[in-house]
Amino acid sequence: MSGTLRFIQGNEAVVEGALYAGLGFYAGYPITPSTEITELLAERLPKRGGTFIQMEDEIASMCSIIGASLTGKKVMTATSGPGFSLMQEAIGYAVMAEVPCVVVNVQRSGPSTGLPTAVAQGDVMQARWGTHGDHAIIALTASNLQDVFKLTIEAFNMAETYRTPVILLLDEVVGHMREKVIIPNEGEFVVQRLITSVPEGTDYHPYLAREDGRLPMSDFGGVHRYNVTGLVHDMWGFPSNDPTVAYNLLRHLVDKIEKRSHEIARYQEHRIEDADILIVSYGSSARSALHMIEKGRDSGIRIGLLELNTIWPFPYEVVRRAAERTEIVLVVEMNMGQVYQEVRRAVKTDRVYLVNRFDGVFISHNDIEKTLNVVMGRGV
Amino acid sequence: MATPLTLKELSRKEELFTPGHRLCAGCGAPTVVKMVLLATDYPVIASNSTGCLEVSSCISEYTAWKIPWIHSAFENAAATISGVETMYRSLKKQGKISDEIKFVSFAGDGGTYDIGFQSLSGAMERGHDMTYICYDNGAYMNTGIQRSSATPFGADTTTCPVGSHIPGKLQQRKDMTKIIAQHGVPYVAQCSPSHWGDLMKKVRKAHEIKGPKFLNIIAPCNRGWRTQSDDAIKMAKLAVETCYWPLFEIENGVTKITQRPREKKPLIDFLKPQGRFKHMFAPENEWMLKAAQEHVDAYWERLEKEEACFAPPAPAAAEAPKVAD
Repeated sequence: MSGTLRFIQGNEAVVEGALYAGLGFYAGYPITPSTEITELLAERLPKRGGTFIQMEDEIASMCSIIGASLTGKKVMTATSGPGFSLMQEAIGYAVMAEVPCVVVNVQRSGPSTGLPTAVAQGDVMQARWGTHGDHAIIALTASNLQDVFKLTIEAFNMAETYRTPVILLLDEVVGHMREKVIIPNEGEFVVQRLITSVPEGTDYHPYLAREDGRLPMSDFGGVHRYNVTGLVHDMWGFPSNDPTVAYNLLRHLVDKIEKRSHEIARYQEHRIEDADILIVSYGSSARSALHMIEKGRDSGIRIGLLELNTIWPFPYEVVRRAAERTEIVLVVEMNMGQVYQEVRRAVKTDRVYLVNRFDGVFISHNDIEKTLNVVMGRGV
Repeated sequence: MATPLTLKELSRKEELFTPGHRLCAGCGAPTVVKMVLLATDYPVIASNSTGCLEVSSCISEYTAWKIPWIHSAFENAAATISGVETMYRSLKKQGKISDEIKFVSFAGDGGTYDIGFQSLSGAMERGHDMTYICYDNGAYMNTGIQRSSATPFGADTTTCPVGSHIPGKLQQRKDMTKIIAQHGVPYVAQCSPSHWGDLMKKVRKAHEIKGPKFLNIIAPCNRGWRTQSDDAIKMAKLAVETCYWPLFEIENGVTKITQRPREKKPLIDFLKPQGRFKHMFAPENEWMLKAAQEHVDAYWERLEKEEACFAPPAPAAAEAPKVAD
């Protein structure tokens, strides 16, 4: 793989990934710890012929990327906790109107202003259910910067493929740490927007899915005139109160993602083939988990790690398979057990334990080891 | 009996915003807050939106505030104090409280001009008896100097960076003082800590008027403006003297310029010491200096006209005695 070796910050890796994926429009609003994404794109995006705009708040950022996406651009915004809260209504709109967009949330401690500069992973459930109503969502995460780069591209790819908002759920440690990244010159797979083949002057149905479930788009304000709404709508995009239309639309919105969760699942397995103990982790927590794996293996404990890169739709099947031959599962995360509950739903064993921190301090391998010792009956 | 606004008397008064906060050395914001609270002779309750002032004035077990103080989120200092003030009025009506309490909101320009605008506008329209104070340093300084709609034309910030694409911010700043005046509130004023007497008189006046009041106070930020850490007051003074930041008030729709500079200095006197405008002095950017000056001139000219509209009529010439037929 030919590329440029860089020593950069996590937030910069997002910028690199977004530019690689063909970001055309970015709207943002400063908030710690994601501000660098906005600052870097203010400088770099216009030089690439893209458009950068700072909005008056996060609601506006989210709404403006929706508008710009419909005109045919790949779009992104980035924020953190409080800003992510403000975006929720518009994220629901993007789900309903099936607008491809990428929303980066570099998580910090909450609720509210919380600990603005401290790490947390407390927005896992907000990414899933922050906006109201039944819906499906895609949320991706990463623990190292090469993966941040790669998953940012994947986020754009999935947004385009499934016509949906994709949440890139990073955290303060990943966003602010510096690490080696190779920015490839080429070779990463980039999904281009699917544009309708319906010619000008012929009826275009913006919400009529193809056989493969994908909905070809037509640049808003271009050759086809069509309606976009947050109301329940038919294949023309016109509002409808018809229960059949409502049923079919909600089924479609959920099924297009939930039924393809196997395609969307991204994960990495570290030494799980002979593991007696399985750790499930994600984001920066997975770095400490990986450290624990190496340490444990050195002292003869057969321990493995399943690192999740797709959080939503939750890869229940992947987790179930990885835990199939282990008695003990530890979930390592920096919240009060948001992924832990999902893991419990996925696995057969009752011996699922939570190793967590939610005090703004980065979870370390020592935190994991303490719980591990208790679980293994070795005392505290 | 109100404390006379003399240095001698004020120096004896207890400071309600104390030293020891963690705002940067040379920051204009704490001086502004200190003056506002020093001018206030009533018990006061404050809300404070997220920003430099909030984050630096109340860290772990320490606070610089000797008043009841509530940190709201970023976008809703005005809405939060609306709730407190409304309950105060209710309790007063029920006879459960008798003190004359004043309600104040502090917010930066981001929390006022941008994300907090809706909340502020709502509070002004509903007519709460409160004074909203914006300490305007012209950018999002707390997150590392990003543009706001209070950022002056031409300024270099991290989200309107000077480079091959743009020469700094291309838009003029939003005229927030007059926008709030247009809500029809009884009192708005623009103030500067360099003219402390004027500032404190306006605070006093605001407290004596019932209804929503708005004070927009310039608060130089040496980090964002890229100036020295000991020239906040000097910069604030230059802002007034160049008419970049005219000191005026609008009371019940009547505009009055409260401090007219003896000699209106050229805007470059204000721009030159600031690193954020450095690029405007390059020969190819001469047009920017011209545009900035023209904007200030037009604003000042209009302000003078507005004032003249309401000036008391010149004494009419004595009417000629009617000649009897």
